Amino acid sequence: MSAVFAKLALYLTYPFVRYALIVGVLIALCSSLLGVTLVLKRFSFIGDGLSHVAFGAMAAASVLGLTSEMPLVLTVTVICAVLILRVGQNAKIKGDASIAMISVGALALGYMLMNIFPTSGNVSGDVCTTLFGSTSILTLTPKKVRLCVVLSLTVTAVFILFYNRIFAVTFDEGFATASGTNVKMYNLMIAVIIAVIIVLAMNLVGSLLISALVIFPAVSAMRMFRSFKSVTICSAVISVVCAFLGIIVSIIEGTPVGSTIVMVNVAAFAASCIAGRYLGGV
Amino acid sequence: MALITCAGLSLGYEGREIIKDLNFTVSGGDYLCIVGENGSGKTTLMKTVLGLIPPMAGSVVMGDGLKAGEIGYLPQQTQVQRDFPASVREIVLSGCQSRQKGFFYKADDRALADRNIERMGIKDLRDRCYRELSGGQQQRVLLARALCAAGKMIVLDEPVAGLDPRVTAEMYRLIEDLNKKDGITVMMISHDIGAALRYASHILHIGRRVFFGTKEDYMSSVIGREFISQGGEDR
Repeated sequence: MSAVFAKLALYLTYPFVRYALIVGVLIALCSSLLGVTLVLKRFSFIGDGLSHVAFGAMAAASVLGLTSEMPLVLTVTVICAVLILRVGQNAKIKGDASIAMISVGALALGYMLMNIFPTSGNVSGDVCTTLFGSTSILTLTPKKVRLCVVLSLTVTAVFILFYNRIFAVTFDEGFATASGTNVKMYNLMIAVIIAVIIVLAMNLVGSLLISALVIFPAVSAMRMFRSFKSVTICSAVISVVCAFLGIIVSIIEGTPVGSTIVMVNVAAFAASCIAGRYLGGV
Repeated sequence: MALITCAGLSLGYEGREIIKDLNFTVSGGDYLCIVGENGSGKTTLMKTVLGLIPPMAGSVVMGDGLKAGEIGYLPQQTQVQRDFPASVREIVLSGCQSRQKGFFYKADDRALADRNIERMGIKDLRDRCYRELSGGQQQRVLLARALCAAGKMIVLDEPVAGLDPRVTAEMYRLIEDLNKKDGITVMMISHDIGAALRYASHILHIGRRVFFGTKEDYMSSVIGREFISQGGEDR
């Protein structure tokens, strides 16, 4: 056991490991905050859809040879988030179908771009990295770390400030509109925040596994707690703890970061199901 | 001046008109029941009055100091709400949204929420989870929330749908108290023509034929007599 700690202590002296932990924990925090809202609004798959869009944009950015892909990816993802929400209100194409269309389209486009204009000799390696985020969390530059920190703190601050309104809009859009809340604006805000979170989380778990980061902590928390505030706080705690443990385990055992974090989340969900039984939650 | 004046209102959705040239007014202290067949546009009318959907033609004018956002609305429950993890107090507090100036609730918002919780007789449920309550208890919670938003008027969309007879009677009594004792104007959609005639002061009947007037006039009108004799089953 002490050998493990010695190994851990050694790794923690490397800046890239510290960066990974800081960024990982912050991303886990903000992705869990809106998870509760998304799950309750039956929007669980918006994260999945948007992450594929982000994948497509990432591919386009690397084909264009941009040194920093973040601005382009962020812009495209935000636009698609707004589009999905708008289309969701239009009865002609139902919400889930529109998400599926945009996400699969973007996924196909991204893969095609990466194949037609390969930027390195190892296309399947590149694709795998973007989809499963295998190493990107360990190759963060200080500049990217700063950007991640600023963005995730902004997301958290916005969420806390608008917490009551987000609650009202999630629980009952009709009532919120009738009592003078600008529901459209808040839905738009939620969409933009989701897009930011997705782009951030791509670094951590890759675009295929992002939904897990958004959904698992929220669903686990809902198993155990019964008020919105305690569910939100609990889901943030679960998410942060799981991300931290996942990163540590993956560093020590050499497993892929993204899938390790998700597996820890799955275990946490199983544990909360059992805990929920005994706590009497539903 | 009336609280709400609807003039030449045409309603519908997706370009299809369901009600044409509707005129009615709601004055302070009224208890207006909206009755009519299923699909006649009762909920659409209510949403238009609340400003949730724009009218296809005509106007909804609020007067007598009533502002949009000061109407307490009790919508039909949605699927999302049935398994929503929220405490009773959190939900009632969210009714204070329209009065909220800053980002967070103030002490007087909390006091108002607690007052309305007490008024609805659900004080002992304050910290319970909404999804664990019975249908009647849930409606009381939503009514308490509506009262937090309401200065003068509440608008109810089938408040007794799915409730058993005893709870239904309690719900009607609560609403009647709000109307009679507190002078709150009530506008309610009802499928229950018997209750509508018992409690309402005014009736708005929409459908192929339209009637608006006092309950007494409705009971002696042709359309009213027909609808009542069918037990409101003209659906």
